[in-house]
This record gives sequence, structure tokens and C-alpha cells, in this order.
Amino acid sequence: MRASAAPLDEELAKGFWRENPVFVQLLGLCPALAVTNSAINALAMGAATTFVLVGASLLVSLLRNFIPKQVRITTFIIVIATFVTVADFTLQALAPGVHKELGAFVALIVVNCLILGRQEAFASRNPPRAALADALGMSLGFGFALLLLGSIREILGSGSLLGLPLFGPDFEPWVIMILPPGGFVTLGLLLGIFARLKERRERVQRLAGAAPERGMA
Amino acid sequence: MTAREAVPLRMIATLALAGFCSGIAVVGVYLLTKPRIDRNRAEALQAAIFRVLEGASTRTPFALRGDEIVRIEAGGDVLPEDEVVYGGYDEAGALVGFAIPAEGGGFQDTIKLLYGYDPARQRIVGMQVLESRETPGLGDKILKDAAFLESFRDLAVEPQVTLAKGARARPNEVDAISGATISSRAVVRIINRANERWLDPLSGANAAAGPARTAAAEGRAE
Repeated sequence: MRASAAPLDEELAKGFWRENPVFVQLLGLCPALAVTNSAINALAMGAATTFVLVGASLLVSLLRNFIPKQVRITTFIIVIATFVTVADFTLQALAPGVHKELGAFVALIVVNCLILGRQEAFASRNPPRAALADALGMSLGFGFALLLLGSIREILGSGSLLGLPLFGPDFEPWVIMILPPGGFVTLGLLLGIFARLKERRERVQRLAGAAPERGMA
Repeated sequence: MTAREAVPLRMIATLALAGFCSGIAVVGVYLLTKPRIDRNRAEALQAAIFRVLEGASTRTPFALRGDEIVRIEAGGDVLPEDEVVYGGYDEAGALVGFAIPAEGGGFQDTIKLLYGYDPARQRIVGMQVLESRETPGLGDKILKDAAFLESFRDLAVEPQVTLAKGARARPNEVDAISGATISSRAVVRIINRANERWLDPLSGANAAAGPARTAAAEGRAE
């Protein structure tokens, strides 16, 4: 039983752009706002989320025929929480500095609705290869969104990118950008841009669909 | 009938198995990463001690016993983190001061910090936050705000440490961080509480200065 018959590269690409988790589906906004005050934090959160989403999706997809319907959400949560705990310990061991920066938000990956959403909507209904492609695409889309937000906020709010100063000592950083309001403003503007792009794409598609009809008439 | 009963049984079995496998995985990763995490923590503590006690190059742990502090012998009982202070000694073996760990409630979660105290001058000589979960961008400035940290470089402890309203005017005042008032206040409160407990025993620094030289020598030999 395969709910989606799209080819694998399509599964991979849709999460990155057309169904981008943050900019189009508006999922996982809590970490997208909270840890994007610098590009490096955004990258670390993107990597940790990728690990959890890909791991959980693969496992859920492999076990999809064994998990009884009634307890599926609970099982997904157990699987996700396990991957999150593994990521938490691993970050603490290998990158204590990054772990300190991300603080509570590593543990909070478990409640990122993007991850549970992909399990329920995709991984539990599709074979492992498709689930893997879907999870990877969504993770990359999520990471891309975080990196975009983090880069913009760090450049304007700290005058640096990935910790490297960009503008010299005369630059007065817009501190508001690394504070919560800066996150909301940046996200709002980016959402506006994405909505505009989507609108234009739909208009083009409508026109393209309408043209032959007119030709027939 | 049996078929209908099999369903909850299968549900229970699935969850039990999932929980069991999850537990094994978590315990396994915990055991694998624990030595590394402990080492990271010890290194961070070591670096923090030398940062709050400028000029120190060796350290010796001390614990409170009754009203005075005694040197902790290597291989003795492992004491809780906040029961131990560290004496820092310079190259010549002279006491620079004590690094005192303290913790208390912050805005969101417990703040753990370490501060250096020089008993001879009765001043706090440095402070560093070790662990906190204060609001990113606001409360977490207690980790890196230059003016705030600078206040702790030479800070009187009598009658007690207070938060400056406006510019820092008195020797026992700390610059509050704008946007992080609650976290700044929490740090001051944590330090005052630790001071109550540690300063009297540490002021009897004669007790510590005695074993200081031998301790410093041992510390270097480590």
C-alpha cells in the first residue's frame, strides 16, 4: 500500500521548497524562532532535527505494519523521544559549547510537530525508501529555513556570520534582531515572500491551464 | 472473544516492547557518552576556576567541616558539587583566592555559577556562569555581558552584594543588565547566599594558608 506514488527525488524536493516545513506548512515555529539568533545555532538545531526526523521516519516506516492503529501516536512519541535523548547526550559529549547555546531546545525537539506530523502523515503509510526521502527533504527544508533566519538575524543583529565579523568596528548591530521581536519580524517578512511566490506560481498555473481552453474556443 | 482480547494485548505488547527497546538505547548511549560528558564538565570547571581566579595555576579542593574548611584528600568520599570550594595558587604557591560554586533559581531554571573570592582583600575577584537556561538574547547575557562580568572583578562583599540602580557607584554594587534584570538579580542573590555560608570559614584563611603551600605543591604534581 503506497499512499504517494511520487518518484523519490520528488519526495525529496517537495520538503525543501514547495512544502517547506517552516515557510509553507508553518510547522516547528518554536525552534525556528527561538534558536535562530545566530547561524551556527540554526545549523546545530537543523542537524539535530535532521538526525531525529530521519531516524524516526525510517524506524516508523519499517515498523508500520506492526504498530496497532490505536497506539500509533504513543509509539511514534517513544521512538522520537529516544532519538532526541540520543541526540541530546551525543551533543553534550561531542559539542558541549553548542549544547550550552541550544539549552533546553534540544530536549524540546521531541515536541516539534513537524516530526510527529511526518510520522503520522507519511512515514507510517509509506515504504522505507520513500519515508527516508521525505524525511531528508523535510529536514533539509527545515534546516534551510533555520539557516536563512539565523543568517539574516546574525548579520543584522550581531554584524557577523557564523561568528566572523562582516562590517568592521563601525557597524552598530541592530540588537533587536537577535531578540525575540527580530525573530518574529524576520519570519513574518520571509513568510510574506513565500506566500507571494506561491501566489504567483498558482496564477501562472491557472493561466497556463486556461490558455488551451481559450485556444479551443 | 479471544480475537477481541488479542487487540489490547497486542497494544500492550507493542508499547512494552517499544519502551523496553527505547530504555536499552537510552541507557546504552548514556553509558557511552557519560565519560566524555564528565570529562567535558571537569575541563569546563577547571577552566572556569582559573578564569575567576586570575593568576592561579594550580588548584586544591576544600570542603566545609563544622566551621572550618579542610583539604579534601584524593580518593576520599565524593562530595556533592556545591559542597566543595577550590583554592587557587599562583606559580610561587601563594594563595590567590577560593573559587566557590553556587547555584539557585534563575528566571527559567537553576543557574549554576562559580565565583572567585580573595579572603585577604575580602573581595570577589571574578564570576562565571557555568550552567543556565535563561532566555536566549535576554537573560543569557549574564554569561557574556562585559560590564556585568567586569563588576565582579573587584567587588566588596560587605554588608552584602547589591544590584546598582543606574551606574555602579559603591564597591559592593553590580551593574544590572538592561533586559536581564531578573537574571542579574538572581546571580546577586545566589552569590549572597553562598557568601553567608562560605565567607566566615574562608576568612579564617589561616587554616587554609597553612596547608596551602603543601597543597599547591601537590596540585602541581598532579
